[in-house]
Amino acid sequence: MKATTLKYASQSVSKYYFVAALALFTAQIVFGLALGLQYVMGDFLFPYIPFNQARMVHTNLLIVWLLFGFMGAAYFMVPEESETALYSPLLAMVLFWVFLAAGALTIVGYLVVPYAKLAELTGNDLLQTMGREFLEQPLPTKVGIVIVALGFLFNISMTVLKGRKTSISLVLLMGLWGLALMFLFSFVNPHNLVRDKMYWWFVVHLWVEGTWELILGSLLAFVLIKTTGVDREVIDKWLYVIIAMALITGILGTGHHFFFIGMPGYWLWVGSIFSAMEPIPFFMMTVFAFNMVQRRRRNHPNQAALLWAVGCSVVGFLGAGLWGFMHTLSAINYYTHGTQITAAHGHLAFYGAYVLVVIAIISYAMPQLRGREANSHRAQRVEMWSFWIMTIGMGVMVLALTGAGILQVWLQRLPTSGALSFMATQDQLTFFYWLRIAGGVGFLVGLLTYLSSFFVGEGSAEDEAAGVGMMPARA
Amino acid sequence: MSQVKSSGFTKQMARNMFYGGSVFFILVFVGLILDSERKIPFRSNAEAITPAVINGKKLWETRNCIGCHTLLGEGAYFAPELGNVYQRRGGDFIKAWIKAQPTHTPGRRQMPQFDFTETQLDDLVEFLRWTNGVNTEKWPPNIEG
Repeated sequence: MKATTLKYASQSVSKYYFVAALALFTAQIVFGLALGLQYVMGDFLFPYIPFNQARMVHTNLLIVWLLFGFMGAAYFMVPEESETALYSPLLAMVLFWVFLAAGALTIVGYLVVPYAKLAELTGNDLLQTMGREFLEQPLPTKVGIVIVALGFLFNISMTVLKGRKTSISLVLLMGLWGLALMFLFSFVNPHNLVRDKMYWWFVVHLWVEGTWELILGSLLAFVLIKTTGVDREVIDKWLYVIIAMALITGILGTGHHFFFIGMPGYWLWVGSIFSAMEPIPFFMMTVFAFNMVQRRRRNHPNQAALLWAVGCSVVGFLGAGLWGFMHTLSAINYYTHGTQITAAHGHLAFYGAYVLVVIAIISYAMPQLRGREANSHRAQRVEMWSFWIMTIGMGVMVLALTGAGILQVWLQRLPTSGALSFMATQDQLTFFYWLRIAGGVGFLVGLLTYLSSFFVGEGSAEDEAAGVGMMPARA
Repeated sequence: MSQVKSSGFTKQMARNMFYGGSVFFILVFVGLILDSERKIPFRSNAEAITPAVINGKKLWETRNCIGCHTLLGEGAYFAPELGNVYQRRGGDFIKAWIKAQPTHTPGRRQMPQFDFTETQLDDLVEFLRWTNGVNTEKWPPNIEG
């Protein structure tokens, strides 16, 4: 494979971020499997790691590793887009270790200290922010996240300011600034539960169905430009239309979380109408990806990266678009709210939209960070296998959870009299929960396959030459 | 500058659609949130938020109850919905149940023992009682939550 060097040496900081992201991702999946087992063997790991602790670790690791992925992506993309070296590689490295240490300490804290004790030790009484789903981090961690985010944004913004300003880096910046801005609402925790929940969604929804979609669009556009060679003007136009639709539907789409938590009744209408349109940007992303591949002007040697990118656009549409639409209308959500249907949607949406886009950029960038334009054909084949194993594993999981959710609604929610209790219903869902574990194990196998691709070297010369759509090695 | 092609729809127009659409819908959203803020006190019976309710919420948070249970449908889906548990079980049952944990029934999902004082248990019940009174548009569909 052709040896290449990075356009800017400072891009190499992103390697640390990507490696950390993948390590934390692996830990996330291990905890996910433990959680799956607890669904069928209720006392598994009790009292050492009760369900709530394992779940907190599972979800927080997801957030942290995706943030590592986004930051790594920015450090790789922005110098290249701006055609200038990173403003401060040193700052990027310092923040990396700060963020990693803060993340690791928080996870260890979750696991070894009772949560109430952790709250006490970390000064939760100064400003009570803990104990809300996904925002369980102790106050010092939350403050640390803000500091890291500000340092990171400063670094990235300065780089963009001193260099070329492209639509991709502009959209990425807006997404990242928006992400940091919305996180500030995690410090808002009114005594009134309804207001608490309302502001909580400012973080959670306006992240994943708002600002993160800008980041997603930007990363996807970057990988597509690089791998297909399609004209920037065309890609930029698509990018703007996609993110326009994302925010036009997504901002008022927040209303689909306001149906039954004490908010005014008009949200039933606002939320239903706008969130019903939320699949549009995801559908456009799918069309966009396929369209660009069709109009490609080059066959980039890294075909694996292209598979992740196209896979992201398709699975993202299925998970965020289709599985979201399934239960987003208030009349349906009335029965499905807080059931396994929600879990099914959450898993497929996060995997399709965010996990896959981060892997796509890692897959594109990592070979270059390791001094070559693309990985060997053999390594890419392993990567492509891992995509399919992970995706099928996730598919099994999501179908199992969807089955569980439908049965749960049927037994527990629909009957007007004689409905089964929550726990009695759970006993009826065992088959689906076992199936979910099977999917989860498959997913882990896929992930390990992916990780192993990093250690696959070049195949024999014939093997290389036989590569379809690959450039022959010239070095 | 913009290359206005014969196809008509340019990058500039796409960008304007993004900025214009976003700003417009952010403003609409802020307007609706401000209106919601005015209505929440009535819908949630805010004057009934006593110090006991406030402390109950704090206990709810610092024991990470949301890590297993849902409250008004949000949280983890491992343990029962508690938004209407006051109506379903009553205060005395809730207290007795929390005190009796964990059940140690083999294979059954286990809830930790939190060693609450009697006052803390009362505060938790007060929080759950207040939550039960929030106007949730008649959710959940039945008593089982």
